[in-house]
Amino acid sequence: MRPALLRQVAIFVAVFVALELLAVAGEKSFLLTQVTMSAYYTLVVLGLSLLMGYAGQISLGQAGFFALGGYTSAVLTTWDLAAQRSVGWVAGAARVGLLTSRTDAFGAQVLTVHPWPALACALLLTMTVAFVVGIPVLKLKGHYLAMATLGLGTIVYSIAVGTARLGAADGISGVPPFPLLPGIGVGGSMGGRIVNYYVACGILAAVMLLLLNLVHSRVGRALRAIHGAEDAASAMGVDTAHFKVRTFVLGAALAGLAGVLLTHFNGAIGPSEASIMKSVKYLAIVAVGGMGSLWGTLAASMVLNFLSLRGYFGTLDDAVFGAILIAVMLFAPQGILAIDLRRALRILRPARGAPAEPR
Amino acid sequence: MSLAFFIQYLVAGITYGTIYAVVGMGFNIIYNTTGIINFAQGEFVMLGGMVAVSLHHHLPLPAAIAGAVLVTMAVGALIELIFIHWLSKPTVLRMIIVTIGISILIREAALLVWGHDVRVLPYFTGNEISAISLGGALISPQVIWVVAVCAVMVLLTTAFFQWTMLGRQMRACASNRVGAAVCGLPIRNLVTLSFALSAGMGALAGCVVCPITYTQYGMGTGLAIKGFTVAILGGLGNSLGAVAAGLLLGVVESFTVSALPAAYKDTISIAILLGVLFVRPSGLFGSRAATRA
Repeated sequence: MRPALLRQVAIFVAVFVALELLAVAGEKSFLLTQVTMSAYYTLVVLGLSLLMGYAGQISLGQAGFFALGGYTSAVLTTWDLAAQRSVGWVAGAARVGLLTSRTDAFGAQVLTVHPWPALACALLLTMTVAFVVGIPVLKLKGHYLAMATLGLGTIVYSIAVGTARLGAADGISGVPPFPLLPGIGVGGSMGGRIVNYYVACGILAAVMLLLLNLVHSRVGRALRAIHGAEDAASAMGVDTAHFKVRTFVLGAALAGLAGVLLTHFNGAIGPSEASIMKSVKYLAIVAVGGMGSLWGTLAASMVLNFLSLRGYFGTLDDAVFGAILIAVMLFAPQGILAIDLRRALRILRPARGAPAEPR
Repeated sequence: MSLAFFIQYLVAGITYGTIYAVVGMGFNIIYNTTGIINFAQGEFVMLGGMVAVSLHHHLPLPAAIAGAVLVTMAVGALIELIFIHWLSKPTVLRMIIVTIGISILIREAALLVWGHDVRVLPYFTGNEISAISLGGALISPQVIWVVAVCAVMVLLTTAFFQWTMLGRQMRACASNRVGAAVCGLPIRNLVTLSFALSAGMGALAGCVVCPITYTQYGMGTGLAIKGFTVAILGGLGNSLGAVAAGLLLGVVESFTVSALPAAYKDTISIAILLGVLFVRPSGLFGSRAATRA
């Protein structure tokens, strides 16, 4: 591992452990629930940051991929197959361990798909949709791509709201926790708040490491070249379409993963997760963090998601994200970490060498 | 399907279609002068309806509508002056994101001012139950208002761009910005004007359609997607193409509702949008080679 990366990871671990200790010491450990949720939302945002900052492509459909993952897992893990126990494929699936028997919230014994194969299905579905849609969509640029991904997100939303099997406006509840190790997992009943917090941080750290390695690899350089000048990159032998589709699929997979994990954590998912406003929020957070700055995006996402989830913005939540979006794009299109404070302050002082005012 | 039903669905489709056409034309006007797709286009329609409803408490209907159009034009011009005017060379990505932000701010402001409730203007002639019989189908007089007003608006806009000096200047600005500037045209002001014009068109459409579809703070996004679909279908920048595409989309949508659950209505038009983008991004009536720019 490169020394710089090691230092960054050390800071990451220190910050998250400090947060936990502070919250527990201050008897405010209930705040960790929102930090945990923010960590999962951050996975979506990191994927989008990679797509926008490195591949230079906009997506207004990330919430759609999030919902695709979350809903797939929710449907599979709450679909009671107990009545079909004797049917051939159900019995076969149960024998190879794809199904699990558990007691639901009402005390009934149910037979459902195990969360692990459900996760695999969710990721497979999300990535397949992203791949199939990505090939034609990513040939588009600018407005076309924005509208096409916006349309994709809208389709997922209207299907979620309009389909009775997906719980329509109520969504799906009663989703079981996601077991990782005995006693450790994702979900309210899995070892409580602090275990969940560290699980989420661990997953976030793993994804972050993966992405940092990716952007510092040949792939990352190719993506930056595409962002800088697509035609030039193409002329230099970079297979631009290939890299763009791969990044799009990776971003979708991260959104799908986040959807699965957060659905198990909350025990439920609703259509609001698929709404356009969610996609726009992710976009706003990437803008604040600076497109192409993974650490900046991570910081911006943790802070903004936490504030939003704790309800600090009240009924103005959407408006705050809209305003952030405009302000950042107008005044700091490279993200707020890129603002040169000294230069900004210099505007307030008269320029050096300016003619002295007449007395 | 009996003839009466057929006509009924057709007329419903044409009603919605004319609104889509007007929103699509609004996209085109701004796109032509600036190269920006204004994601807040649907919000102008909403704003027009809302302001007209509020003004109608104090003013007679025609004055309320005129007032709503003027207010929305002012909002459109202000948006351009505040957010876009002073940017020297904004990238497409940046401008898309800014107009998305603007659309959210307008929507949230409308939510604060008018709340969640749907608002409605009275029928221009007759009332909810008055109807004209046409081949067994019953058609509300308001439908005729919508189609007539939008048709006049389209004709006037076309005439404006074709024959007035100001319209020609805007076309010059669209076809070659640098050239127009060299000839001494006030480019910046023409851009502001295009935002005002586009906002005014949206607002007027929002007023005439309000008695039928009602107006709610969140209606803009859906309209923006439909309007964009229409603008693309008709060939971006081609106003008459947008009109034809708008009517086509409205009618297709109307007939799919007769066969599929209403919840999937938006899904159909978006599927059409995606299909067109994938297969023929220059639009059905686009004459240029497919430019995926």
